[in-house]
Amino acid sequence: MAVFVGALTVFVLAIFVGFELITKVPPTLHTPLMSASNAISGITLIGALLLAGQVDNPALSRTIAVVGVAFATINVVGGFLVTHRMLAMFKKKK
Amino acid sequence: MISKELANLLYLIAAGLFIFDLKWMSHPRTAVRGNYAGVLGMLLAIVAAVLSESLDFGTMAIGVAIGAVIGLVAAIRIKMTSMPEMVGILNGFGGGASVLVAGAALIAAVASMSEGISMQTRVATVASALIGSVTFFGSYVAFGKLAEFLAVKWKLYTWQKVIKFGFSIVTIAGTGWLGFAAGIQPHGAGSPEGLMGIGIIVCGLLIGGILLRKKDRFPGMNALKGLSFLASIGVGVMVVQQPDNMMLFWLLGAVGGVLGVLLTLSIGGADMPVVIALLNSYSGLAAAATGFVINNNVLIIAGSLVGASGIILTQIMCKAMNRSLTNVLFGVMGPTSETPDADEVYKTVKSTSADEIAMMLDGVERVVIVPGYGMAVAQAQHAVKNFAAMLEERGALVEYGIHPVAGRMPGHMNVLLAEADVDYDKLREMDDINAEMEQVDVCIVLGANDVVNPVARTDPKSPIAGMPIIDADKARTVIVIKRSLSPGFAGIPNPLFAMENTLMFFSDGKDAVQEMINAVKENE
Repeated sequence: MAVFVGALTVFVLAIFVGFELITKVPPTLHTPLMSASNAISGITLIGALLLAGQVDNPALSRTIAVVGVAFATINVVGGFLVTHRMLAMFKKKK
Repeated sequence: MISKELANLLYLIAAGLFIFDLKWMSHPRTAVRGNYAGVLGMLLAIVAAVLSESLDFGTMAIGVAIGAVIGLVAAIRIKMTSMPEMVGILNGFGGGASVLVAGAALIAAVASMSEGISMQTRVATVASALIGSVTFFGSYVAFGKLAEFLAVKWKLYTWQKVIKFGFSIVTIAGTGWLGFAAGIQPHGAGSPEGLMGIGIIVCGLLIGGILLRKKDRFPGMNALKGLSFLASIGVGVMVVQQPDNMMLFWLLGAVGGVLGVLLTLSIGGADMPVVIALLNSYSGLAAAATGFVINNNVLIIAGSLVGASGIILTQIMCKAMNRSLTNVLFGVMGPTSETPDADEVYKTVKSTSADEIAMMLDGVERVVIVPGYGMAVAQAQHAVKNFAAMLEERGALVEYGIHPVAGRMPGHMNVLLAEADVDYDKLREMDDINAEMEQVDVCIVLGANDVVNPVARTDPKSPIAGMPIIDADKARTVIVIKRSLSPGFAGIPNPLFAMENTLMFFSDGKDAVQEMINAVKENE
């Protein structure tokens, strides 16, 4: 239970931080914001990696986790890269 | 190998970097740096994870390699005009990963069974699987609708057919195999596992079948939507009670898939930005739930940041359409019985030509261009930029009025104009530009309709009543470039087109702008 309350605290506080940060993003950057936050949500990759690499895990669990690794990596790599491509276009001319 | 404490510290730094990423997104000047912070955070988190336990690198590398290649190729090859689809499908992969991780974690926990499965893990597993599955299937539908191959009547390109039929076949075959091999065959069709297997097969058939149809609505759709929602909750509770029953877990994923498909299928057109933002939020929440499953703070923080971000964008989009989220998800938008007759409204429409416009543009001081989805379809952003540059050379001030829901995702118009190298200072927000609209000589509406319909201000009975609009009608002269007088997403006529100071230029967006450029040059 103690673990849960700690995790819940982190969860709630992070949501507040998220609200504060995102309200400051101008509409011009809403699309890059979405693709960047999308890439961040690929953080599930960490969980997938830990499960896929764990030698003691049942084979089925590891197999499923490897597919999860691939999915999350698409999310992370694709997300950060398209964000970069978009942001590179938002230049101010001299 | 590094100690657990060090790994946790690295996770903390990663979480901090994610926060900076979003913070720096608040200005185009710092946004690039923000994205680098995000990449660095992700790398740190990955390094911390793979070094924190003695892991087998081989299996991990296979997954990473496959994912990285697909992600790289997709991100490099995608065209800027297809960005809504790209964002849509990426959300889906995040959601799918959450389901898979929750499943893999559950299998591992059941197999070790050393201390039993805690209540937190059980509830989080259910949340992760359910939200993840809704996100995955919902995002596929959003992708399919944006790429125009789902629920459409026209003929499809080969690649569209491959995806459309491939997805349905894989879903039906996959659920069929799972239901039979893990449920019916070993336990018999009448056993609880057998029944769950049948349930999974039915869900697969529903998903696969519905996605092959050429319409996005069918009788009883809302009833089925409600039913699949209740079923998801019911199965979710059962998974909490018997977490060691894997068949139940897969059934939960399957039912969530049906829900995801039904929630997104009937939404289209102008409501798409809301759905994309909402799915973005779900993918974050699913990641946070996965964090609760494996007790990992960096997943919880990153996931909730994204969840919050998506919720705010959803809210902004809903507000910009003056509709509630429930109305977007369950309602039907369309003409009411009070809607005035289009022929009556359009009696006084005046049509114009490029030459006439060129003469009018001679010596203007302020021009505002209001782009809509039509500009994206016609890919007219580069022509628009050239047109604006030409007027600026002649001493006019040219700006853009951007409605928050113009296009198919939040910020869609901004990305397209940025691609054409338009300075972001020239992209003015709705309230901003409305305050100055009366001083504008010429307002050019390019492929937008409902977002400039003055009925939203004047007629309280209209379906778009109260929706904030760009007050194009207040400019001295309005030029509307549109292919025909067909209604926009709301299905109602637009009196702006028939106003005394409005001229209609019936043409494809790109051709029209090009003709205007030529005409202005000849006019000199």
